[in-house]
Amino acid sequence: MKNYDVVVIGGGPGGYVAAIRCGQLGLATALVDEWLGADGKPALGGTCLNVGCIPSKALLDSSHHYHNLEHLLPAHGISIKGASMDVATMQSRKNKVVQTMNRGVAALLKKNKVEAYTGHGRLQAGNRVAIAIHGGNEEVVTAKSVIIASGSVPIDIPVAPVDGRSIVDNAGALAFDKVPTRLGVIGAGVIGLELGSVWNRLGSEVVILEALEDFLPAADNQIAREALKALTKQGLDIQLGARVTGAKVTKNGVNVKYESKEGAKALEVERLVVAVGRRANTTGLADADLGLATDDAGRIQVDDRCRTSIDGVYAIGDVVKGPMLAHKASEEGIAVAELIAGHAAHIDHRTVPWVIYTHPEIAWVGDTEQQLKGRSVAYRSGSFPYRALGRAHGSGETDGFIKILADAKTDEILGVHIFGAQASELIAEAVTAMVFRASSEDLARTIHAHPTLSEAMHEAALAVDGRAIHM
Amino acid sequence: MLVDVKVPLLAESIPDATLLDWKKGPGEAVARDEILLELETDKVVLEVPAPQAGVLSEVLKNTGDIALSEEVLARIDTEAAASAAAKGADGGAEAVPAGQAADEPTGSDALSPAVQRLVAEHDLDASAITGTGKGGRLIKGDVLAYLDANKPAPPPAAKPTPPPAAKPAAPPPVSGERGERRESMSRLRMRIAERLVEAQQTAAILTTFNEVDMQPVMALRKRYKDQFEKTHGVRLGFMSFFAKAAVQALERFPAVNAYIEGNDTVYHDYQDIGVAVGSPRGLVVPILRDVAQMSFADIEATIAEYGAKARDGTLTVEEMSGGTFTISNGGVFGSLLSTPILNPPQSAILGMHKTQERPIVVDGEIVVRPMMYLALSYDHRIVDGREAVLFLVTIKEAIEDPARLLLGV
Repeated sequence: MKNYDVVVIGGGPGGYVAAIRCGQLGLATALVDEWLGADGKPALGGTCLNVGCIPSKALLDSSHHYHNLEHLLPAHGISIKGASMDVATMQSRKNKVVQTMNRGVAALLKKNKVEAYTGHGRLQAGNRVAIAIHGGNEEVVTAKSVIIASGSVPIDIPVAPVDGRSIVDNAGALAFDKVPTRLGVIGAGVIGLELGSVWNRLGSEVVILEALEDFLPAADNQIAREALKALTKQGLDIQLGARVTGAKVTKNGVNVKYESKEGAKALEVERLVVAVGRRANTTGLADADLGLATDDAGRIQVDDRCRTSIDGVYAIGDVVKGPMLAHKASEEGIAVAELIAGHAAHIDHRTVPWVIYTHPEIAWVGDTEQQLKGRSVAYRSGSFPYRALGRAHGSGETDGFIKILADAKTDEILGVHIFGAQASELIAEAVTAMVFRASSEDLARTIHAHPTLSEAMHEAALAVDGRAIHM
Repeated sequence: MLVDVKVPLLAESIPDATLLDWKKGPGEAVARDEILLELETDKVVLEVPAPQAGVLSEVLKNTGDIALSEEVLARIDTEAAASAAAKGADGGAEAVPAGQAADEPTGSDALSPAVQRLVAEHDLDASAITGTGKGGRLIKGDVLAYLDANKPAPPPAAKPTPPPAAKPAAPPPVSGERGERRESMSRLRMRIAERLVEAQQTAAILTTFNEVDMQPVMALRKRYKDQFEKTHGVRLGFMSFFAKAAVQALERFPAVNAYIEGNDTVYHDYQDIGVAVGSPRGLVVPILRDVAQMSFADIEATIAEYGAKARDGTLTVEEMSGGTFTISNGGVFGSLLSTPILNPPQSAILGMHKTQERPIVVDGEIVVRPMMYLALSYDHRIVDGREAVLFLVTIKEAIEDPARLLLGV
């Protein structure tokens, strides 16, 4: 029986990163992942790489370029007649991107001497992992430590069961072979908004049905308000307080029934995407009598160092509590690898950035205004709009703003919120600042290149002190 | 501060070295570790780096001269304003550690922009502030909290005093490139500095600690304070208890009440106890004369009177001279524990601190009591360890059981 220092179950951004770090630290490591690509070959990278972050960004970019043809380029003096979008080409490009990344992860694992098994891994007593190898037998390996990174799966709702053709989840929505005439989306969360945006830009009439009354409750209220306005203006029909009660597949598509403030309603769509959230994936993960404790949301219970109720077994990423974000999983993976190797490591959830890849993008780190108010924390706020930036006018993307929240007494930055182009990149500066417990004055006294969008960060910091220059 | 640039320690087999070309001239800015010149020996060419950053102020030997092992070749002025620093391009970008005794690039190199600004504006010594940021760095909040807690105290009125808690404003630690301010020390400050250093260098100062349960005294005070005030016309504080306890201990351990003069130890039959009080000009130490003869009411009244005079700045030099022992109270500023410095020529000083409720064990049970740490700094030349410890224990016991003061046990 093969013996390893570490066996990682799950090859997504949590698992493969943990495995690579273990390899770097000289630990004999194996990784077990069951994902197979469309070609039946191992497709490492998990949800993120295969049906999440990577393919969605590829489609978002493709659709964004197409959208710009009509909406942005004419102002630059460019007019295109007879432009068309070939969905097959877009999809094949996306698939190629995914495949390149799959291969990349495989190469990285090889480089770091991690042995990769393709199959389903199940934790057994004595930290053994039984691997049901695809197209092969079961192999049992032993490990001094096990890192569970089995990730998450989409939540099913009984009123709209996914059939993979007319009613789909995120994976299906990324793979449409043609632009639906009308697309229904259940859930106005990150996934629903991003996927809705893709097809809306390509010509779909998109209706997003959100059961909650609030739009993006996890984001700062001001950002959520501005985002709702912008997305609605782009053509997304976002209905809040709309709870789906039934979805029936018909010859032409799906007949959706829902309860709204105005009463019961019905909607005919060609396809329906279910994007109501994700839940921890613990199916077939461990022998039942092992006592792997889970919480009431079905996630594996861990302490602040990702240790589970079983000695020597850790869990990271979407399968444990905390934001379901790839980078959070990766950081946990690295921290656990380092802990196993005997180093000190810590995970700081306070400085995990959030990004939504609509256009304009949304990104934030730290506390929202409503959270600070709720905790009665005295704070100062400084905002700066993109339309006061030279660079934004130059590119023609003037929607959005950056807002910085700082402690009223110590001036320490408590939260930074960005709505606007390149928010996903601009947020990195804020994260670094918060990691070093910088004050808004520190950012205000840091030179930012001109002309850039990052100057909005600088001016927002000045605005905290009421002394923005360009406003 | 002038720092020597010396010839490195040469191996025994190498008698001397010849100076090759100087790479920097007098008046030029140099960065720490920047190579200033090369020395040629029989065996090898040695590089001589600048031990600290600053301005090359004197060059004592020139190209072609012979120098011996560890001979001083030049001096660097570490505090010199760096108008030349802009020219010293390669070294210029680095922070120039300024006029402090320590040459380690401490937090001053890693100060964030907001912290730098605050430190420069308020003339702070960054190394005196505790950092709570990542890796112990100073963050803006740390400096703001420090400023809140320490309004800089101007030097005391006349007699130099031991500073139990007040932090004097220190010269700015930031480099010349970022604005340096030079201020001559006042004569008074220089005198205080001299006396403090003298105290440290002359006496063998050690500190012993103990803790006292203030509850009995607090209960006693609570019980009698109204009556005391009605009878004597003055408030009953805690200082009278400590002064009386100190007297009892000083009587029991005369060495603590003595001091060294030349080759003699001078003992005193009386106890003149200095009590540190705050004033707008800083901490001053007026003396209670012959405390053994004073009643509690006398002590409280005198302290109150001194307090008022200190506030008005009308304390006389005579009132602040002499004294055989000093009591200082860092507790009013919040100090939990400290090591007071002696008030020369005295041989000991009692430090009182903040009374804080803490769990302690009494008869095997955990109870919460208002506890105060006591510190006794003493001159080990005439007070030995055992005496110092027992002295402090005597005070503790007298405070915890004030009946002892009445009965003299």
